[in-house]
Amino acid sequence: MSVLRSADDLELVGLTKRYGTALAVNSISHLFRAGSYVCLLGPSGCGKSSTLRMIAGHESVTDGAIILGGKDVAMLPPAQRGTAMMFQSYALFPHLSVRDNVAFSLKMKGVDKSTRHAEADKLLELVGMSNLADRLPAQLSGGQQQRVALARALITNPQVLLLDEPLSALDPFLRIRMRTELKKLQRQLGITFIHVTHGQDEALALADEIVVMNNAVIEQAGPAREVFNAPKTAFVARFIGGHNVIIVPQGSFAVRADEVRLVTGGTEAFVTAIEYQGTHVALTCRITSEQDVLALIPEAAFFSDPKNLGDAVTLAWDETKAHCLQG
Amino acid sequence: MRRANLNSWLLAAPLTGVLVVFLVLPILLIVAVSFWSSNEFSFYPDFQFGNYEYLFGSSVAWKVFGLTFMMTAIVWALTLVIGFTIAFFLAFHVRTQKWQMVLFLLTTIPFWTSNIIRMISWIPLLGKNGLVNQTLIGAGIINEPIQWLLYSSFSVCLAFVHLYTLFMVVPIFNTMMRIDKSLIEAARDGGANGFQILTNVIIPLSKPGIMIGSIFVIALVMSDFVTTRFMSGSQLANVGRLISNDIGLLQYPSAAATAVVLLVTVLLMIGAMLRLVDIRKEL
Repeated sequence: MSVLRSADDLELVGLTKRYGTALAVNSISHLFRAGSYVCLLGPSGCGKSSTLRMIAGHESVTDGAIILGGKDVAMLPPAQRGTAMMFQSYALFPHLSVRDNVAFSLKMKGVDKSTRHAEADKLLELVGMSNLADRLPAQLSGGQQQRVALARALITNPQVLLLDEPLSALDPFLRIRMRTELKKLQRQLGITFIHVTHGQDEALALADEIVVMNNAVIEQAGPAREVFNAPKTAFVARFIGGHNVIIVPQGSFAVRADEVRLVTGGTEAFVTAIEYQGTHVALTCRITSEQDVLALIPEAAFFSDPKNLGDAVTLAWDETKAHCLQG
Repeated sequence: MRRANLNSWLLAAPLTGVLVVFLVLPILLIVAVSFWSSNEFSFYPDFQFGNYEYLFGSSVAWKVFGLTFMMTAIVWALTLVIGFTIAFFLAFHVRTQKWQMVLFLLTTIPFWTSNIIRMISWIPLLGKNGLVNQTLIGAGIINEPIQWLLYSSFSVCLAFVHLYTLFMVVPIFNTMMRIDKSLIEAARDGGANGFQILTNVIIPLSKPGIMIGSIFVIALVMSDFVTTRFMSGSQLANVGRLISNDIGLLQYPSAAATAVVLLVTVLLMIGAMLRLVDIRKEL
């Protein structure tokens, strides 16, 4: 990753949010590189939404700075920050047509009707919604509403687009389609996308960089592959999925479930659950220290030597694939 | 199929019966009586348009209708502004739901007493030797009591606003509570200032509540007679008093004709308002 800083980078410095005595965001600092797709990942209540809303300007900052375009925007109103937000429920104005929804911010600036409608039509074309410009939001499907919300956020030419769980209201098939489109759009526009999600698959699929949050702090941040292959803490290893966290007297380590093999000679265990998953068979085994280890065995390998519940097996993994966790 | 049909009819029958007996029949009766004839001491069935001819030919009737419209317009405007402001404050400025409910219930407290008592309670306040005049004289602002505080259009208007503002507050507050708060944030994200949010988001989305409140206030003020009588000290007339005077003089056919004209006028007004805003999505 380049060490050069761009003026369009977004940097959080000691950003803190307190609600009364409860700490929602605890002095987090992070640099979001210009033009990258970043996912803020974490369980509900970890502070990721508060962080996003503080960047957007919809939540007051208790302490710290938000630097964008070379200046601290933490005290500016939302529209003057160079950010735009796409809301979880899309928050389209129900009384306005699709075109007027998209043109809303231009209307607020006093742009005349024909100019702002022409501008809105351009954005609607970008998201492929030109043919439905005269409809009301209630007459659109979830995916269509999302495109309109996207067009409305983009019409302000933001440097940073903030997306608050944008896919959570969609059904699973649409979710996968829309996330492909989000990524394509981000590449096309070249602006920073900050996407809040609690789905690790979504984060892995989309993000150039994943920022994992837990208990109001950033647990780990890095490129998606790095976070997945080298989780720093037990929390990250568990949350990002696909990992076994094994506690041994010296500490704990993580090993990917698909790196666990059934071999002769290794850790002794017995099978407690078998789940067929198509490409793999998920085998849950109890090892001697009363811990469960999940092994993802390729389907063909499993059925060449099938196991039953209660069978004794021996597990092994490549020592280079196991790595120590902090804390 | 026929059986299901019969059941639907049976289920709808009780309410239909109630409406027919207590709403449709009385109105039909009033319409019928409006065509009857009368002399000084009796009235009798007939079919003639004399009552209507008299009503439309009377300059007094025109003037009274005009006054009623004017009073309705003024009261409507005042209750709308005050009611909207209260509802806006409750819905968007009071943060917690608990306080929203507490303050909302507080606005309904005057309704725990009767209309008449609420009206009469203005008298010691506004009268010639009432609290307001005493205070103003005591403070040296005026030398003589202000006469128009009580028994005037002012006091009638004041009483109406006092009595009926809640009918605006309740439906407007109700629609405002249903406005998704993220819409306000989305508007702010789009660069709208407070006033632009009000005119571009909150007012358009509160329209159904405004309409329902307006219908209440207009119907109540147009048909009132007791408030006008009490608060004007019988010096002011409105359509309701025209009708009550006729009834007092046993001129039922004439009263019925006035009532029919009033009913049609109010229905036309409400019909026009419903064309402007679709309130069905609220109900």
